[in-house]
Amino acid sequence: MIEVRNLSKSFKIYHHRKGFWGTFANLFSRKHRIVQAVDNVSFTVTRGEMVGYLGPNGAGKSTTIKMLTGILVPSSGSVTVNGYIPHRQRKENAKRIGVVFGQRSHLWFDLPVQESFELLRRIYRIPQEQYRRNVAMFDELLELGAFFQTPVRQLSLGQRMRADIGAALLHNPDVLFLDEPTIGLDVVAKSRIRQFIAQINTERQVTVVLTTHDLDDVEKLCNRVILIDDARLLFDGELATLRRMLSKERLLSVDYAEDYPDVRVPHAQITHREGTRVQYRFSPEKIRAAELIGTILQKFRIVDIAVQEPDIEELIKTVYEDNLILRKTSKII
Amino acid sequence: MHHLSLYLHFVKLRIRAQMEYRLSFLFELFAQSCIAVIDFFMIAILFARFKQLAGWTLWEVGLLYGMIGICFAFAEMFARGFDLFQDNVVRGEFDTMLIRPLDTFYQVFAHQFLLRRLGRLVQAIVVLLIASSQLAVSWTFAKVAYLLVALVGGTCFFIALAVIGATTCFWTVHSIELINIFTHGGLFMGSYPFSIYRQWFRHFFTFVIPLACVNYFPSLFLLGKSASVGVLIAPFVGCVFLGVAMLFWRWGVLRYQSTGH
Repeated sequence: MIEVRNLSKSFKIYHHRKGFWGTFANLFSRKHRIVQAVDNVSFTVTRGEMVGYLGPNGAGKSTTIKMLTGILVPSSGSVTVNGYIPHRQRKENAKRIGVVFGQRSHLWFDLPVQESFELLRRIYRIPQEQYRRNVAMFDELLELGAFFQTPVRQLSLGQRMRADIGAALLHNPDVLFLDEPTIGLDVVAKSRIRQFIAQINTERQVTVVLTTHDLDDVEKLCNRVILIDDARLLFDGELATLRRMLSKERLLSVDYAEDYPDVRVPHAQITHREGTRVQYRFSPEKIRAAELIGTILQKFRIVDIAVQEPDIEELIKTVYEDNLILRKTSKII
Repeated sequence: MHHLSLYLHFVKLRIRAQMEYRLSFLFELFAQSCIAVIDFFMIAILFARFKQLAGWTLWEVGLLYGMIGICFAFAEMFARGFDLFQDNVVRGEFDTMLIRPLDTFYQVFAHQFLLRRLGRLVQAIVVLLIASSQLAVSWTFAKVAYLLVALVGGTCFFIALAVIGATTCFWTVHSIELINIFTHGGLFMGSYPFSIYRQWFRHFFTFVIPLACVNYFPSLFLLGKSASVGVLIAPFVGCVFLGVAMLFWRWGVLRYQSTGH
Protein backbone atom coordinates (compact mmCIF):
# COMPACT_ATOMS: atom_id res chain seq x y z
CA MET A 1 0.00 0.00 0.00
CA ILE A 2 2.73 2.46 1.02
CA GLU A 3 6.33 1.84 0.03
CA VAL A 4 9.07 4.19 1.15
CA ARG A 5 12.65 3.44 0.07
CA ASN A 6 15.72 5.44 1.11
CA LEU A 7 13.65 8.58 1.19
CA SER A 8 15.50 11.84 1.81
CA LYS A 9 14.53 15.46 1.67
CA SER A 10 16.76 18.44 2.13
CA PHE A 11 15.71 22.06 2.09
CA LYS A 12 17.61 25.09 1.01
CA ILE A 13 17.02 27.75 3.59
CA TYR A 14 17.66 31.11 2.01
CA HIS A 15 19.01 34.16 3.62
CA HIS A 16 16.53 36.94 2.79
CA ARG A 17 17.68 40.42 2.07
CA LYS A 18 15.21 43.11 3.01
CA GLY A 19 13.91 46.16 1.19
CA PHE A 20 13.19 46.85 -2.45
CA TRP A 21 16.69 46.32 -3.81
CA GLY A 22 17.15 43.39 -1.46
CA THR A 23 14.12 41.71 -2.98
CA PHE A 24 15.49 42.45 -6.40
CA ALA A 25 18.89 41.02 -5.51
CA ASN A 26 17.22 37.96 -3.94
CA LEU A 27 15.97 36.97 -7.36
CA PHE A 28 19.47 36.53 -8.68
CA SER A 29 21.73 35.33 -5.93
CA ARG A 30 21.18 34.31 -2.39
CA LYS A 31 23.13 32.75 0.40
CA HIS A 32 21.64 29.54 1.66
CA ARG A 33 22.28 26.62 3.93
CA ILE A 34 21.05 23.06 3.49
CA VAL A 35 18.84 21.45 6.11
CA GLN A 36 18.34 17.70 6.02
CA ALA A 37 14.70 17.16 7.04
CA VAL A 38 14.38 13.47 6.20
CA ASP A 39 17.42 11.26 5.86
CA ASN A 40 17.35 7.84 4.20
CA VAL A 41 14.06 6.60 5.66
CA SER A 42 12.52 3.30 4.51
CA PHE A 43 9.33 1.53 5.59
CA THR A 44 6.34 -0.32 4.21
CA VAL A 45 2.73 -0.07 5.32
CA THR A 46 0.23 -2.73 4.29
CA ARG A 47 -3.47 -2.30 3.67
CA GLY A 48 -5.60 -1.75 6.75
CA GLU A 49 -2.66 -1.06 9.03
CA MET A 50 -2.67 1.78 11.51
CA VAL A 51 0.80 3.18 12.00
CA GLY A 52 1.96 5.79 14.47
CA TYR A 53 4.71 7.96 13.04
CA LEU A 54 6.38 9.47 16.07
CA GLY A 55 9.04 11.99 16.74
CA PRO A 56 9.69 15.26 18.51
CA ASN A 57 9.00 18.59 16.83
CA GLY A 58 11.18 19.14 13.80
CA ALA A 59 12.08 15.46 13.48
CA GLY A 60 10.80 15.29 9.92
CA LYS A 61 7.33 13.82 10.48
CA SER A 62 5.41 16.40 8.50
CA THR A 63 7.98 16.47 5.73
CA THR A 64 7.54 12.72 5.28
CA ILE A 65 3.75 13.09 5.17
CA LYS A 66 4.08 15.90 2.64
CA MET A 67 6.13 13.65 0.39
CA LEU A 68 3.59 10.84 0.73
CA THR A 69 0.75 13.18 -0.19
CA GLY A 70 2.48 14.76 -3.18
CA ILE A 71 2.96 18.19 -1.62
CA LEU A 72 6.74 17.96 -1.65
CA VAL A 73 9.08 16.37 -4.15
CA PRO A 74 11.68 14.07 -2.51
CA SER A 75 15.34 14.96 -2.89
CA SER A 76 16.19 11.30 -3.34
CA GLY A 77 14.74 7.86 -2.75
CA SER A 78 11.33 6.60 -3.82
CA VAL A 79 7.77 6.66 -2.58
CA THR A 80 4.69 4.86 -3.85
CA VAL A 81 1.19 5.09 -2.40
CA ASN A 82 -1.46 2.77 -3.87
CA GLY A 83 1.06 2.17 -6.65
CA TYR A 84 1.22 5.87 -7.54
CA ILE A 85 4.25 8.09 -7.23
CA PRO A 86 2.69 10.97 -5.29
CA HIS A 87 4.62 13.92 -6.73
CA ARG A 88 4.42 12.67 -10.32
CA GLN A 89 0.89 11.29 -10.27
CA ARG A 90 -0.34 13.85 -7.80
CA LYS A 91 -3.95 14.04 -8.97
CA GLU A 92 -4.43 10.26 -9.23
CA ASN A 93 -2.90 9.85 -5.79
CA ALA A 94 -5.07 12.66 -4.38
CA LYS A 95 -8.25 10.79 -5.37
CA ARG A 96 -7.25 7.79 -3.26
CA ILE A 97 -5.96 9.53 -0.12
CA GLY A 98 -7.42 11.65 2.64
CA VAL A 99 -5.28 14.22 4.43
CA VAL A 100 -5.81 16.05 7.69
CA PHE A 101 -3.38 18.55 9.16
CA GLY A 102 -4.06 19.40 12.78
CA GLN A 103 -2.44 22.79 12.45
CA ARG A 104 -4.48 24.00 9.51
CA SER A 105 -7.89 23.38 8.02
CA HIS A 106 -8.34 22.19 4.46
CA LEU A 107 -11.87 23.55 4.41
CA TRP A 108 -12.96 26.90 3.00
CA PHE A 109 -12.58 29.45 5.71
CA ASP A 110 -15.65 31.56 4.94
CA LEU A 111 -18.02 28.78 3.90
CA PRO A 112 -20.33 26.82 6.20
CA VAL A 113 -19.23 23.22 6.78
CA GLN A 114 -22.07 21.93 4.64
CA GLU A 115 -21.05 24.01 1.63
CA SER A 116 -17.44 22.96 2.04
CA PHE A 117 -18.63 19.35 1.94
CA GLU A 118 -20.74 20.09 -1.16
CA LEU A 119 -17.72 21.60 -2.86
CA LEU A 120 -15.68 18.52 -2.05
CA ARG A 121 -18.45 16.37 -3.49
CA ARG A 122 -18.08 18.27 -6.76
CA ILE A 123 -14.27 18.31 -6.72
CA TYR A 124 -13.94 14.56 -6.08
CA ARG A 125 -17.03 13.75 -8.17
CA ILE A 126 -18.51 11.74 -5.33
CA PRO A 127 -21.74 9.95 -6.31
CA GLN A 128 -24.80 11.41 -4.55
CA GLU A 129 -25.66 8.12 -2.87
CA GLN A 130 -22.17 7.64 -1.39
CA TYR A 131 -22.07 11.29 -0.35
CA ARG A 132 -25.36 11.07 1.48
CA ARG A 133 -24.38 7.85 3.24
CA ASN A 134 -21.02 9.27 4.36
CA VAL A 135 -22.45 12.53 5.62
CA ALA A 136 -25.07 10.63 7.60
CA MET A 137 -22.45 8.35 9.10
CA PHE A 138 -20.03 11.13 10.00
CA ASP A 139 -22.85 13.16 11.44
CA GLU A 140 -23.77 10.28 13.70
CA LEU A 141 -20.23 9.51 14.85
CA LEU A 142 -18.75 12.99 14.94
CA GLU A 143 -21.94 14.93 15.67
CA LEU A 144 -21.42 17.39 12.86
CA GLY A 145 -25.09 18.38 12.87
CA ALA A 146 -24.63 20.96 15.62
CA PHE A 147 -22.35 23.10 13.46
CA PHE A 148 -23.11 21.95 9.93
CA GLN A 149 -24.36 25.39 8.91
CA THR A 150 -21.64 27.36 10.71
CA PRO A 151 -18.83 28.99 8.73
CA VAL A 152 -15.55 27.19 9.32
CA ARG A 153 -13.87 30.28 10.71
CA GLN A 154 -16.36 30.33 13.61
CA LEU A 155 -15.80 26.72 14.68
CA SER A 156 -13.98 25.71 17.83
CA LEU A 157 -10.77 23.75 17.36
CA GLY A 158 -12.47 20.46 18.25
CA GLN A 159 -15.37 21.10 15.87
CA ARG A 160 -13.04 22.14 13.10
CA MET A 161 -11.01 18.98 13.56
CA ARG A 162 -14.13 16.81 13.36
CA ALA A 163 -15.26 18.63 10.24
CA ASP A 164 -11.81 18.25 8.66
CA ILE A 165 -11.63 14.53 9.36
CA GLY A 166 -15.11 14.01 7.93
CA ALA A 167 -14.16 16.06 4.88
CA ALA A 168 -11.03 13.97 4.31
CA LEU A 169 -13.08 10.76 4.23
CA LEU A 170 -15.99 11.83 2.03
CA HIS A 171 -14.47 10.32 -1.11
CA ASN A 172 -13.77 6.94 0.56
CA PRO A 173 -9.97 7.13 0.43
CA ASP A 174 -7.85 3.99 0.86
CA VAL A 175 -5.27 5.79 2.94
CA LEU A 176 -5.79 8.45 5.58
CA PHE A 177 -2.90 10.67 6.61
CA LEU A 178 -3.37 12.42 9.92
CA ASP A 179 -0.79 14.97 10.92
CA GLU A 180 -1.18 15.82 14.62
CA PRO A 181 -4.96 15.29 14.60
CA THR A 182 -5.42 15.84 18.33
CA ILE A 183 -3.11 18.79 18.83
CA GLY A 184 -4.58 21.35 21.20
CA LEU A 185 -7.78 19.39 21.86
CA ASP A 186 -9.32 18.63 25.24
CA VAL A 187 -9.63 15.09 26.60
CA VAL A 188 -13.22 14.56 25.48
CA ALA A 189 -12.59 15.77 21.95
CA LYS A 190 -9.44 13.67 21.70
CA SER A 191 -11.17 10.47 22.73
CA ARG A 192 -14.07 11.09 20.34
CA ILE A 193 -11.69 11.53 17.43
CA ARG A 194 -9.65 8.48 18.40
CA GLN A 195 -12.80 6.37 18.55
CA PHE A 196 -13.83 7.54 15.13
CA ILE A 197 -10.44 6.83 13.58
CA ALA A 198 -10.37 3.34 15.11
CA GLN A 199 -13.84 2.62 13.76
CA ILE A 200 -13.03 3.83 10.24
CA ASN A 201 -9.89 1.74 10.28
CA THR A 202 -11.63 -1.50 11.25
CA GLU A 203 -14.91 -1.06 9.35
CA ARG A 204 -13.55 0.31 6.09
CA GLN A 205 -10.05 -1.15 6.14
CA VAL A 206 -8.67 2.35 5.67
CA THR A 207 -4.90 2.43 6.11
CA VAL A 208 -4.03 5.12 8.62
CA VAL A 209 -0.71 6.89 9.04
CA LEU A 210 -0.79 9.08 12.10
CA THR A 211 1.92 11.51 13.07
CA THR A 212 1.78 12.75 16.59
CA HIS A 213 3.80 13.59 19.59
CA ASP A 214 0.88 12.70 21.83
CA LEU A 215 1.71 9.18 22.95
CA ASP A 216 -1.80 8.62 24.18
CA ASP A 217 -2.90 8.66 20.54
CA VAL A 218 -0.44 5.92 19.78
CA GLU A 219 -1.24 3.78 22.79
CA LYS A 220 -4.96 3.94 22.05
CA LEU A 221 -4.74 3.47 18.30
CA CYS A 222 -1.58 1.93 16.91
CA ASN A 223 0.01 -1.48 17.19
CA ARG A 224 2.92 -0.41 15.14
CA VAL A 225 5.12 2.61 15.63
CA ILE A 226 7.79 4.19 13.50
CA LEU A 227 10.04 6.43 15.47
CA ILE A 228 12.11 9.12 13.86
CA ASP A 229 14.41 11.71 15.30
CA ASP A 230 16.67 14.22 13.68
CA ALA A 231 15.48 13.10 10.23
CA ARG A 232 16.49 9.46 10.75
CA LEU A 233 14.56 6.30 11.49
CA LEU A 234 15.18 5.07 15.02
CA PHE A 235 12.73 2.23 15.34
CA ASP A 236 10.09 0.44 13.33
CA GLY A 237 8.07 -2.28 14.97
CA GLU A 238 5.37 -3.14 17.45
CA LEU A 239 4.70 -0.83 20.33
CA ALA A 240 5.03 -3.79 22.71
CA THR A 241 8.50 -4.60 21.35
CA LEU A 242 9.59 -1.04 21.84
CA ARG A 243 8.34 -1.16 25.38
CA ARG A 244 10.10 -4.44 26.11
CA MET A 245 13.36 -3.22 24.66
CA LEU A 246 13.30 -0.12 26.72
CA SER A 247 11.73 -1.31 29.92
CA LYS A 248 14.91 -2.65 31.35
CA GLU A 249 14.44 -0.12 34.04
CA ARG A 250 11.70 -0.23 36.64
CA LEU A 251 10.35 2.28 39.07
CA LEU A 252 9.80 1.70 42.76
CA SER A 253 7.52 4.03 44.68
CA VAL A 254 7.72 4.00 48.44
CA ASP A 255 5.61 5.81 50.98
CA TYR A 256 7.62 6.03 54.20
CA ALA A 257 6.12 6.15 57.66
CA GLU A 258 8.50 8.91 58.71
CA ASP A 259 10.28 11.74 56.96
CA TYR A 260 13.75 10.15 56.95
CA PRO A 261 16.53 12.61 56.07
CA ASP A 262 18.56 10.05 54.11
CA VAL A 263 16.63 7.42 52.14
CA ARG A 264 19.40 6.39 49.76
CA VAL A 265 19.76 2.68 49.01
CA PRO A 266 22.44 0.91 46.96
CA HIS A 267 21.79 0.13 43.23
CA ALA A 268 18.77 2.43 43.00
CA GLN A 269 18.57 6.09 42.08
CA ILE A 270 16.11 8.53 43.57
CA THR A 271 14.20 10.11 40.72
CA HIS A 272 11.63 11.98 42.70
CA ARG A 273 11.02 12.92 46.33
CA GLU A 274 8.06 14.64 47.86
CA GLY A 275 7.99 14.48 51.68
CA THR A 276 7.67 10.87 52.71
CA ARG A 277 6.96 9.73 49.16
CA VAL A 278 10.06 8.66 47.23
CA GLN A 279 10.47 7.20 43.76
CA TYR A 280 13.50 5.09 42.85
CA ARG A 281 14.67 3.89 39.49
CA PHE A 282 16.49 0.57 39.32
CA SER A 283 17.65 -1.96 36.82
CA PRO A 284 16.50 -5.58 37.46
CA GLU A 285 19.79 -6.76 35.94
CA LYS A 286 21.70 -5.24 38.84
CA ILE A 287 19.29 -5.76 41.67
CA ARG A 288 16.06 -7.74 41.78
CA ALA A 289 12.96 -6.00 43.04
CA ALA A 290 12.66 -8.40 46.01
CA GLU A 291 16.20 -7.63 47.12
CA LEU A 292 15.69 -3.92 46.84
CA ILE A 293 12.47 -4.03 48.81
CA GLY A 294 14.20 -6.21 51.42
CA THR A 295 16.96 -3.63 51.85
CA ILE A 296 14.44 -0.84 52.28
CA LEU A 297 12.34 -2.82 54.80
CA GLN A 298 15.45 -3.49 56.88
CA LYS A 299 16.35 0.16 57.12
CA PHE A 300 13.00 1.99 57.27
CA ARG A 301 9.38 1.65 58.23
CA ILE A 302 7.05 2.03 55.29
CA VAL A 303 3.33 2.61 54.66
CA ASP A 304 3.07 1.52 51.04
CA ILE A 305 5.29 0.21 48.26
CA ALA A 306 4.76 -0.39 44.53
CA VAL A 307 6.84 -1.47 41.51
CA GLN A 308 5.96 0.10 38.16
CA GLU A 309 7.05 0.02 34.56
CA PRO A 310 7.88 3.44 33.25
CA ASP A 311 5.19 4.86 30.95
CA ILE A 312 5.78 5.16 27.26
CA GLU A 313 6.36 8.87 27.37
CA GLU A 314 9.26 8.32 29.74
CA LEU A 315 10.53 5.53 27.54
CA ILE A 316 10.59 7.58 24.43
CA LYS A 317 12.24 10.42 26.24
CA THR A 318 15.10 8.07 27.10
CA VAL A 319 15.27 7.03 23.46
CA TYR A 320 15.70 10.58 22.35
CA GLU A 321 18.16 11.35 25.09
CA ASP A 322 20.28 8.36 24.31
CA ASN A 323 19.34 6.89 20.98
CA LEU A 324 22.49 4.80 20.98
CA ILE A 325 20.75 2.05 22.92
CA LEU A 326 18.27 1.63 20.13
CA ARG A 327 20.76 1.88 17.36
CA LYS A 328 22.58 -1.10 18.83
CA THR A 329 19.55 -3.22 19.52
CA SER A 330 17.02 -2.40 16.84
CA LYS A 331 16.84 -4.81 13.96
CA ILE A 332 16.41 -2.04 11.45
CA ILE A 333 19.52 -0.03 12.00
CA MET B 1 -17.20 20.04 -18.59
CA HIS B 2 -16.67 19.07 -14.98
CA HIS B 3 -14.00 21.76 -14.67
CA LEU B 4 -16.22 24.43 -16.18
CA SER B 5 -19.22 23.73 -13.97
CA LEU B 6 -16.95 23.55 -10.94
CA TYR B 7 -15.39 26.87 -11.95
CA LEU B 8 -18.80 28.51 -12.26
CA HIS B 9 -19.66 27.16 -8.83
CA PHE B 10 -16.49 28.73 -7.39
CA VAL B 11 -17.31 32.03 -9.09
CA LYS B 12 -20.83 31.93 -7.68
CA LEU B 13 -19.47 31.47 -4.17
CA ARG B 14 -16.95 34.29 -4.66
CA ILE B 15 -19.55 36.71 -5.93
CA ARG B 16 -21.86 35.86 -3.07
CA ALA B 17 -19.08 36.49 -0.55
CA GLN B 18 -18.34 39.88 -2.15
CA MET B 19 -22.02 40.78 -2.16
CA GLU B 20 -22.23 40.18 1.58
CA TYR B 21 -20.82 43.65 2.03
CA ARG B 22 -23.04 45.28 -0.55
CA LEU B 23 -22.37 48.91 0.34
CA SER B 24 -18.63 48.43 0.30
CA PHE B 25 -18.97 46.62 -3.00
CA LEU B 26 -20.96 49.41 -4.62
CA PHE B 27 -18.63 52.03 -3.25
CA GLU B 28 -15.58 50.29 -4.65
CA LEU B 29 -17.30 49.80 -7.97
CA PHE B 30 -17.96 53.54 -8.06
CA ALA B 31 -14.45 54.44 -6.92
CA GLN B 32 -12.94 52.15 -9.56
CA SER B 33 -14.85 53.88 -12.34
CA CYS B 34 -13.98 57.33 -10.98
CA ILE B 35 -10.27 56.56 -10.92
CA ALA B 36 -10.46 55.29 -14.47
CA VAL B 37 -12.46 58.32 -15.67
CA ILE B 38 -9.97 60.74 -14.10
CA ASP B 39 -7.21 58.72 -15.72
CA PHE B 40 -8.53 59.30 -19.19
CA PHE B 41 -9.48 62.88 -18.37
CA MET B 42 -5.80 63.59 -17.74
CA ILE B 43 -4.93 62.33 -21.19
CA ALA B 44 -7.73 64.44 -22.68
CA ILE B 45 -6.39 67.57 -20.96
CA LEU B 46 -2.97 66.86 -22.40
CA PHE B 47 -4.45 66.66 -25.87
CA ALA B 48 -6.50 69.84 -25.43
CA ARG B 49 -3.14 71.60 -25.30
CA PHE B 50 -1.03 69.62 -27.80
CA LYS B 51 -3.66 68.24 -30.20
CA GLN B 52 -1.30 65.49 -31.34
CA LEU B 53 1.23 63.11 -29.81
CA ALA B 54 3.75 61.59 -32.20
CA GLY B 55 1.12 61.79 -34.89
CA TRP B 56 -1.66 60.28 -32.78
CA THR B 57 -4.88 62.19 -32.11
CA LEU B 58 -6.85 62.07 -28.87
CA TRP B 59 -9.36 59.47 -30.11
CA GLU B 60 -6.64 57.29 -31.52
CA VAL B 61 -5.06 57.31 -28.08
CA GLY B 62 -8.58 56.63 -26.73
CA LEU B 63 -8.55 53.40 -28.71
CA LEU B 64 -5.19 52.47 -27.17
CA TYR B 65 -6.46 53.36 -23.73
CA GLY B 66 -9.75 51.51 -24.05
CA MET B 67 -8.09 48.34 -25.30
CA ILE B 68 -5.49 48.08 -22.60
CA GLY B 69 -8.03 49.05 -19.95
CA ILE B 70 -10.36 46.22 -20.98
CA CYS B 71 -7.55 43.67 -21.01
CA PHE B 72 -6.28 44.80 -17.63
CA ALA B 73 -9.75 44.75 -16.04
CA PHE B 74 -10.54 41.27 -17.37
CA ALA B 75 -7.19 39.91 -16.21
CA GLU B 76 -7.68 41.36 -12.72
CA MET B 77 -11.19 39.98 -12.58
CA PHE B 78 -10.24 36.42 -13.52
CA ALA B 79 -6.66 36.03 -12.40
CA ARG B 80 -6.83 37.80 -9.06
CA GLY B 81 -5.85 34.52 -7.41
CA PHE B 82 -2.35 34.83 -8.86
CA ASP B 83 -1.99 38.40 -7.57
CA LEU B 84 -2.81 37.18 -4.08
CA PHE B 85 -0.90 33.93 -4.39
CA GLN B 86 1.82 35.10 -2.02
CA ASP B 87 -0.67 34.92 0.88
CA ASN B 88 -1.61 31.37 -0.11
CA VAL B 89 2.00 30.31 0.17
CA VAL B 90 2.63 32.12 3.43
CA ARG B 91 -0.52 30.71 5.06
CA GLY B 92 0.21 27.22 3.77
CA GLU B 93 -3.00 27.13 1.70
CA PHE B 94 -1.11 25.92 -1.32
CA ASP B 95 -0.57 22.61 0.52
CA THR B 96 -4.33 22.18 0.46
CA MET B 97 -4.43 22.78 -3.28
CA LEU B 98 -1.77 20.11 -3.76
CA ILE B 99 -3.82 17.42 -2.02
CA ARG B 100 -6.82 18.03 -4.29
CA PRO B 101 -7.26 16.00 -7.48
CA LEU B 102 -7.26 19.16 -9.58
CA ASP B 103 -4.61 21.03 -11.53
CA THR B 104 -2.89 23.65 -9.37
CA PHE B 105 -3.09 26.31 -12.08
CA TYR B 106 -6.81 25.74 -12.35
CA GLN B 107 -7.26 25.95 -8.59
CA VAL B 108 -5.42 29.25 -8.20
CA PHE B 109 -7.35 30.61 -11.18
CA ALA B 110 -10.65 29.54 -9.61
CA HIS B 111 -9.63 30.76 -6.16
CA GLN B 112 -10.66 34.37 -6.72
CA PHE B 113 -13.06 36.29 -8.87
CA LEU B 114 -13.01 40.04 -8.51
CA LEU B 115 -16.38 41.34 -9.57
CA ARG B 116 -15.61 44.92 -8.57
CA ARG B 117 -13.27 45.25 -11.56
CA LEU B 118 -16.52 45.59 -13.49
CA GLY B 119 -16.35 49.35 -12.82
CA ARG B 120 -13.05 49.67 -14.57
CA LEU B 121 -14.15 47.36 -17.35
CA VAL B 122 -17.30 49.34 -18.14
CA GLN B 123 -15.37 52.61 -18.20
CA ALA B 124 -12.77 51.17 -20.59
CA ILE B 125 -15.47 49.81 -22.88
CA VAL B 126 -17.19 53.21 -22.93
CA VAL B 127 -13.93 54.97 -23.88
CA LEU B 128 -13.32 52.38 -26.60
CA LEU B 129 -16.83 52.81 -28.02
CA ILE B 130 -16.68 56.62 -28.04
CA ALA B 131 -13.21 56.57 -29.56
CA SER B 132 -14.23 54.21 -32.34
CA SER B 133 -17.31 56.28 -33.13
CA GLN B 134 -15.14 59.41 -33.44
CA LEU B 135 -12.56 57.69 -35.63
CA ALA B 136 -12.96 57.10 -39.35
CA VAL B 137 -12.49 53.35 -38.98
CA SER B 138 -14.64 51.13 -41.17
CA TRP B 139 -15.56 48.27 -38.84
CA THR B 140 -15.46 45.35 -41.21
CA PHE B 141 -16.02 41.82 -39.95
CA ALA B 142 -12.28 41.16 -40.16
CA LYS B 143 -11.49 44.19 -38.02
CA VAL B 144 -14.05 43.33 -35.36
CA ALA B 145 -12.75 39.77 -35.22
CA TYR B 146 -9.19 41.10 -35.06
CA LEU B 147 -10.15 43.40 -32.18
CA LEU B 148 -11.79 40.59 -30.20
CA VAL B 149 -8.77 38.30 -30.63
CA ALA B 150 -6.51 41.20 -29.61
CA LEU B 151 -8.55 41.73 -26.44
CA VAL B 152 -8.29 38.04 -25.57
CA GLY B 153 -4.55 38.13 -26.28
CA GLY B 154 -4.10 41.25 -24.17
CA THR B 155 -6.02 39.71 -21.29
CA CYS B 156 -3.75 36.66 -21.57
CA PHE B 157 -0.75 38.99 -21.45
CA PHE B 158 -1.77 40.48 -18.11
CA ILE B 159 -2.75 37.09 -16.71
CA ALA B 160 0.67 35.80 -17.75
CA LEU B 161 2.38 38.61 -15.82
CA ALA B 162 0.38 37.67 -12.71
CA VAL B 163 1.28 34.00 -13.18
CA ILE B 164 4.98 34.81 -13.50
CA GLY B 165 4.77 36.95 -10.37
CA ALA B 166 2.99 34.17 -8.50
CA THR B 167 5.54 31.58 -9.60
CA THR B 168 8.40 33.59 -8.11
CA CYS B 169 6.65 33.15 -4.74
CA PHE B 170 7.92 29.56 -4.72
CA TRP B 171 11.39 30.95 -4.08
CA THR B 172 10.93 34.31 -2.51
CA VAL B 173 8.02 36.10 -0.96
CA HIS B 174 7.40 39.80 -1.59
CA SER B 175 8.50 39.50 -5.18
CA ILE B 176 5.03 40.46 -6.41
CA GLU B 177 5.94 44.16 -6.18
CA LEU B 178 8.48 43.60 -8.90
CA ILE B 179 5.88 42.22 -11.25
CA ASN B 180 3.55 45.08 -10.37
CA ILE B 181 6.08 47.40 -11.99
CA PHE B 182 5.27 45.69 -15.26
CA THR B 183 1.54 45.27 -14.63
CA HIS B 184 0.65 48.77 -13.47
CA GLY B 185 3.58 50.38 -15.22
CA GLY B 186 2.53 48.57 -18.39
CA LEU B 187 -1.02 49.81 -18.03
CA PHE B 188 0.24 53.37 -17.79
CA MET B 189 2.81 53.09 -20.58
CA GLY B 190 0.42 51.29 -22.86
CA SER B 191 -2.01 54.21 -22.67
CA TYR B 192 0.34 56.19 -24.93
CA PRO B 193 1.59 55.35 -28.44
CA PHE B 194 4.77 53.32 -28.28
CA SER B 195 6.50 55.50 -30.84
CA ILE B 196 7.11 58.16 -28.18
CA TYR B 197 9.48 55.83 -26.27
CA ARG B 198 13.16 55.17 -26.88
CA GLN B 199 14.20 52.29 -29.09
CA TRP B 200 15.74 49.95 -26.47
CA PHE B 201 12.66 50.48 -24.37
CA ARG B 202 10.35 49.63 -27.26
CA HIS B 203 12.37 46.53 -28.04
CA PHE B 204 12.26 45.36 -24.44
CA PHE B 205 8.49 45.74 -24.30
CA THR B 206 8.04 44.01 -27.62
CA PHE B 207 10.41 41.05 -27.53
CA VAL B 208 10.95 40.38 -23.82
CA ILE B 209 7.67 41.49 -22.30
CA PRO B 210 5.28 41.80 -25.24
CA LEU B 211 3.29 44.75 -23.92
CA ALA B 212 3.25 46.43 -27.34
CA CYS B 213 1.26 43.48 -28.70
CA VAL B 214 -1.61 44.20 -26.31
CA ASN B 215 -2.81 47.41 -27.92
CA TYR B 216 -0.15 49.32 -29.84
CA PHE B 217 0.36 46.94 -32.77
CA PRO B 218 -3.34 46.03 -32.92
CA SER B 219 -4.21 49.75 -33.03
CA LEU B 220 -1.81 50.23 -35.93
CA PHE B 221 -3.81 47.65 -37.83
CA LEU B 222 -7.24 48.89 -36.79
CA LEU B 223 -6.35 52.50 -37.66
CA GLY B 224 -4.91 51.41 -41.00
CA LYS B 225 -1.43 52.65 -40.08
CA SER B 226 0.19 49.30 -40.77
CA ALA B 227 -0.66 45.78 -41.91
CA SER B 228 2.76 44.10 -41.68
CA VAL B 229 3.10 40.45 -40.65
CA GLY B 230 4.24 41.45 -37.18
CA VAL B 231 1.15 43.54 -36.66
CA LEU B 232 -1.09 40.73 -37.91
CA ILE B 233 0.28 38.13 -35.50
CA ALA B 234 0.41 40.57 -32.55
CA PRO B 235 -2.99 39.52 -31.08
CA PHE B 236 -1.73 35.94 -30.66
CA VAL B 237 1.48 36.88 -28.88
CA GLY B 238 -0.31 37.35 -25.55
CA CYS B 239 -1.64 33.77 -25.71
CA VAL B 240 1.84 32.42 -26.40
CA PHE B 241 3.18 34.51 -23.53
CA LEU B 242 0.58 32.95 -21.24
CA GLY B 243 1.61 29.50 -22.46
CA VAL B 244 5.21 30.24 -21.50
CA ALA B 245 4.07 31.56 -18.12
CA MET B 246 2.10 28.34 -17.51
CA LEU B 247 5.19 26.24 -18.26
CA PHE B 248 7.15 28.39 -15.83
CA TRP B 249 4.41 27.79 -13.24
CA ARG B 250 4.52 24.03 -13.76
CA TRP B 251 8.27 24.08 -13.30
CA GLY B 252 7.95 26.23 -10.18
CA VAL B 253 5.39 23.97 -8.47
CA LEU B 254 7.90 21.11 -8.42
CA ARG B 255 10.25 23.36 -6.49
CA TYR B 256 7.71 24.31 -3.86
CA GLN B 257 9.14 23.92 -0.35
CA SER B 258 6.00 24.30 1.75
CA THR B 259 6.18 25.87 5.20
CA GLY B 260 6.71 24.51 8.69
CA HIS B 261 8.35 21.19 8.06
